[in-house]
Amino acid sequence: MTAAVLLLGLLTAIIATALSFASYRFAPDRTSAVERVNRLLPQTQCSQCGYPGCRPYAEAIVSGEAAINRCAPGGEAAILAIGQLLDQQPLPPDPAFGESKPAQVAAIAENICIGCAACLQACPVDAILGAPHHMHTIIASECTGCELCVASCPVDCISMEPK
Amino acid sequence: MTSPGSYNPQPPRPPWGIRPPPRKTESTRLPILTAPIPDQVVIPIQQCLDMTANAIVHPGQRVLTGEPIAQAVAQAESWAGPTVHASISGEIIAIEERPVPGPSPIAETCVVIHGDGRDERYPGYQDLGDPLQLEPERICELVAEGGIVGLGGALFSTAAKLRADKRIHALILNGAECEPYITCDEMLELENAETVLRGTRIMLRALGAPVAIIAVESEMPEDRVALNDAIEAAGDDDIHVAVVTAKYPAGGERQLIQMIMGQEVPEGGYPSDIGYVCHNVATAAAVADLFDRGRPLISRIVTLAGGGIETTRNVDARIGTRMGDLIESTVGYRIETTQLVMGGPMMGFLLPDDNLPVTKATNCLIVAEPGELSPPRPEMPCIRCSECSEVCPAQLLPQELLTAAKRKDMAALDELGLNACIECGCCDYVCPSHIPMTARFIAAKSNFREHHLAMETATRAQTRFENRQARLEQEARARDRELRDQVDELAESKPRIIDDLMARVKSRQDDT
Amino acid sequence: MSFVTGTAPHWRAQETVASMMRQVIYAMVPAITVYAMFFGIGIVINCLIACIVAVITEAGALLIRRRPVELFLRDYSAVVTAILLAFCLPALTPWWVTATGSFFAIAVAKHLYGGLGFNVFNPAMAGYVALLVSFPEALSQWTAPNIGDLDYQAPTAFMTLQFVLTGALPDGMMIDAITRATPLNAVKTGVGMMRTVDEIRSNPLFGDFAGRGWEWINSFVALGGFWLLYKGVIRWHIPVSLIGAMVAVSSLTYILDSSIHPGPAFQLLSGGTLLCAFFIATDPVSGATTTTGRIIYGAGIGILAFIIRTWGAYPDGIAFSVLLMNMAAPLIDRYTRPRPYGRAPKARH
Repeated sequence: MTAAVLLLGLLTAIIATALSFASYRFAPDRTSAVERVNRLLPQTQCSQCGYPGCRPYAEAIVSGEAAINRCAPGGEAAILAIGQLLDQQPLPPDPAFGESKPAQVAAIAENICIGCAACLQACPVDAILGAPHHMHTIIASECTGCELCVASCPVDCISMEPK
Repeated sequence: MTSPGSYNPQPPRPPWGIRPPPRKTESTRLPILTAPIPDQVVIPIQQCLDMTANAIVHPGQRVLTGEPIAQAVAQAESWAGPTVHASISGEIIAIEERPVPGPSPIAETCVVIHGDGRDERYPGYQDLGDPLQLEPERICELVAEGGIVGLGGALFSTAAKLRADKRIHALILNGAECEPYITCDEMLELENAETVLRGTRIMLRALGAPVAIIAVESEMPEDRVALNDAIEAAGDDDIHVAVVTAKYPAGGERQLIQMIMGQEVPEGGYPSDIGYVCHNVATAAAVADLFDRGRPLISRIVTLAGGGIETTRNVDARIGTRMGDLIESTVGYRIETTQLVMGGPMMGFLLPDDNLPVTKATNCLIVAEPGELSPPRPEMPCIRCSECSEVCPAQLLPQELLTAAKRKDMAALDELGLNACIECGCCDYVCPSHIPMTARFIAAKSNFREHHLAMETATRAQTRFENRQARLEQEARARDRELRDQVDELAESKPRIIDDLMARVKSRQDDT
Repeated sequence: MSFVTGTAPHWRAQETVASMMRQVIYAMVPAITVYAMFFGIGIVINCLIACIVAVITEAGALLIRRRPVELFLRDYSAVVTAILLAFCLPALTPWWVTATGSFFAIAVAKHLYGGLGFNVFNPAMAGYVALLVSFPEALSQWTAPNIGDLDYQAPTAFMTLQFVLTGALPDGMMIDAITRATPLNAVKTGVGMMRTVDEIRSNPLFGDFAGRGWEWINSFVALGGFWLLYKGVIRWHIPVSLIGAMVAVSSLTYILDSSIHPGPAFQLLSGGTLLCAFFIATDPVSGATTTTGRIIYGAGIGILAFIIRTWGAYPDGIAFSVLLMNMAAPLIDRYTRPRPYGRAPKARH
């Protein structure tokens, strides 16, 4: 009787030690699924997918609300990567949510700009430098090419140029 | 901290690397020949790694030998990049795009000078002063003005590498030419050991380093003797000679540091991060020539080798000489060759023709006869024999890198250490399936760089977006608070206002 | 002059896949010769049948897969697989058994996984195991060495040929008259019947170290293996670790109880141990690729083979242990990667 109790106790002790060691040595990566999907998106923040930014789209993907093929700037690479991460079948890019374009940056035609500051509000990454009644300019190194400023300009002075 | 006792003067044979047939004795039988002055030179203005250059002369201008003709623009800091000089005296007939040697055919802006046959020297570098009395910063400035760049083939600005912004424990001079055929550094050590030493001393002063170690190959004992004799004669006790095994690619900068100093250059870092600076012996000799003979970098030693020429030997050629003319005027073609390699058989590149100019990077020209270089073979699938990983000097797994590169798996490429690859070609050499791995890794590296750049841009955009969201939220909260404060104020003062109003109404009523 | 261009490097060593495979075939020749001397020409017949079927299957598979047929046929890899498979089969194996095994090895174990360079399992071993499991009786028809002092009739060359091709024997002869157990088989059944190793070894089937004839054959296999090492076709890690592990465990058990464990010399010189060490486990495609990984891989095969031989159901566990370690090879590779130059050694977290 005592032998059985001792043996079981010993077994429990061994297994407990092994498990604690495993939980320490092989601790899982606690990065959330949303964060992981977000890392695979190009961070253009263009809202072409229908969500106000890349993280909301990532959240929608993880919750199952949105398909993985809506990101036009991410293109096929992003679809494949997200599909592999979430073990989902990759789909062809959905043309309803924009088309994949080569890298581009916005440019303001300074002779037309009226300094209305509308584009300053539109840019999701604050890549436009300026103030009301002062000349506006695009910080080219920070521009993601999302084109949200183009529509906001009342005098149509913003054009997109290849990077 | 390195003291002479803590480096390895004769490191053991490394486990990595290959021993291809050296083919060096043929070109070391004869002394270095000074090539005849060419009638015309085509000098590319871009001869320094990572720096764009501008021509500072114009067509029709007459220039002297050694006169500055182009200036490289430094990317950061206020110091200038290396200058490019005219290698002969004469008239500039054009500044235009000409084909220049490179891994793929490319054309760049070149200054074309038609020589007047006089080789008149530009006097501007004659009295630079005793370099061992000059301030280190001044030495670096003059080295850049002298147009000196890494003559081992990298063309990195020597002045930039001599600027000691970190504590340097040792200067290592790379005289261990491990690639077959190439003997230009060995002949230099043999014939001009004093010049190499003088250059070393100047570099030591510029760096503020306590000791210099010259690395030579074990297959050329005469070099070691020549250098040791010169060191003894000069009484230098801070310059030493280390002998490395003649195994390719022991002459690679990172491998040399590992073998001689016993330390590894950290991933993504430079040798100066661990306190070492590596320069080629020819670069040191060029530094000495600049200060002692007033000669900027206008020529370099080129090994002419291969079965396609009459004699194999080293020649001192002016920068910008047409390669075909150089070969014909010094050694002569023996056959109608179909392959010309600039560099060695492992890392050199095949040139499309011999109409290209000699540049500061031309250390060797191999004129190959049929069968001298390996013919192209059909590529078989990888059989995982692992010969490649046995010979890799960077301790990588080329067979795994190959699969990751094919899949464009950036995370795997990073984990496997793609950036440690020195593109030496050992893996290709031993592969029984004839897979062109080196070319694939070079392509993969550029994909990798692009991917990293994209990741960095995305991270920056994400940060800016999140900061913007935070800012907007803060502004919204501030507006809310203000509104609430106004409402509260109004609520507080509401009874008082109503009382006032009622009082006024009442008083008016009373008046009537 | 206008020149030919290409990518660096411009020198390559002379070794090709074909030259490596050819060396393997040359290295097998002494062993096959000695085998034929002891056990008759059955081995040669089997080799021929296996090679012919293998080459035809490979050609067919390449055609169906629309790959360059001549390029891959010339690399001799099908021939090597066939010879190694034939070496594992008894001399009296019917021709259709050999053919099926060869077909399975090439079509299923090699081409269905992607062909040269992509097979997960060693094709020869996969073919052998398929036969062992499907036709156990045919694979137990081993002849005995041609010693002459046995109460046994060694089949003549003609008899062998007739039996292999038609399955018929001369009138009145039973199959039991020309077959005998292998030494490994004898030890296994003997120990099962509670006899000691010494008693089992008194059987004239046994020589000084291991089975008569088999000691010689395996010694020549080892010689062939040394030739491959000398030529640089294989590296020392797998043979040394396999043999070392086998010797270590068998010595340990021999010391503990020599009455039921035959000892290291027997284990090494019987069955396919040395063949596996030098020819089968060293198959580069299905094995581990890193240096440390190869040592683990070889040791794993040695230990597993010993376990299966001693306590498993089959007399020779080499084939199964190879297949088991083939399964483990990718994982072993993953965890034995060397540290690239310049990377700090992994810090413990």
